[in-house]
Amino acid sequence: MATKSMVDIEKTKKKINVLIVDDDPLNLQIHEKIIKAIGGTSQTANNGEEAVIIHRDGGSSFDLILMDKEMPERDGVSTTKKLREMEVKSMIVGVTSLADNEEERRAFMEAGLNHCLAKPLTKAKILPLINQLMDA
Amino acid sequence: MQRQVALIKQSLFDQGYLDEQFMELEELQDDANPNFVEEVATLYFKDSARLINNIEQALERGSFDFNRLDNYMHQFKGSSTSIGASKVKTECTMFREYCRAGNAEGCLRTFKQLKKEHATLRKKLEQYFQLARQAGPKEIARRPK
Repeated sequence: MATKSMVDIEKTKKKINVLIVDDDPLNLQIHEKIIKAIGGTSQTANNGEEAVIIHRDGGSSFDLILMDKEMPERDGVSTTKKLREMEVKSMIVGVTSLADNEEERRAFMEAGLNHCLAKPLTKAKILPLINQLMDA
Repeated sequence: MQRQVALIKQSLFDQGYLDEQFMELEELQDDANPNFVEEVATLYFKDSARLINNIEQALERGSFDFNRLDNYMHQFKGSSTSIGASKVKTECTMFREYCRAGNAEGCLRTFKQLKKEHATLRKKLEQYFQLARQAGPKEIARRPK
């Protein structure tokens, strides 16, 4: 199956808007760069509670939310549940550690994720999901 | 000089200090952010120094709070994974296993090794980035064989 390249995404003129939720500043920097590299724009939240506040305050709409699992204040599972309760329709992609077991991943998915990816995130992992959004 | 940069990078991969993730970061580097990888590495070493300090303080207290130690190491492992610091990541994994087993001696031994690997990586990367800056951006884009 052919995948869209950066060029195809640019041709559609649609910029994907992404919310990156992660307590690790290193991951935030890297994930922001990945999103920029594939032609999107991004906003960051340092934990789940910030992500909820961003949505509660209104005015923000995201095509994609990258949700880390382990975070202080409010973790990824709780945040995803809360956002779905708030009727947030964005694609929410959970970002898990390889150390997470199957049960933990399942619980995260059941909170309302659309997909789950294992760290470290790369362009190759995110691009198919971006393509899915572009095709929607 | 570019050959020297390439050799240093190759050795970092051959000796297992770095993995594929480091190359992913280098491929994100562009004209707008020509020092992206070095910036990420700088942030990593700053954050990991803080974590090492926290862990040292926790270990020095004598009474091992394995949950707290595991939490610190979870963060450390996450950062190390993100930058491709392979040997450091391995030591983080072992440390967490010792935490789960409640093995204080194992934790101490592994932490000592982790600090050694971390210091070695830091020194080698500093050398690499210094040479890479002098050589120019061309070499960074090439994958090691």
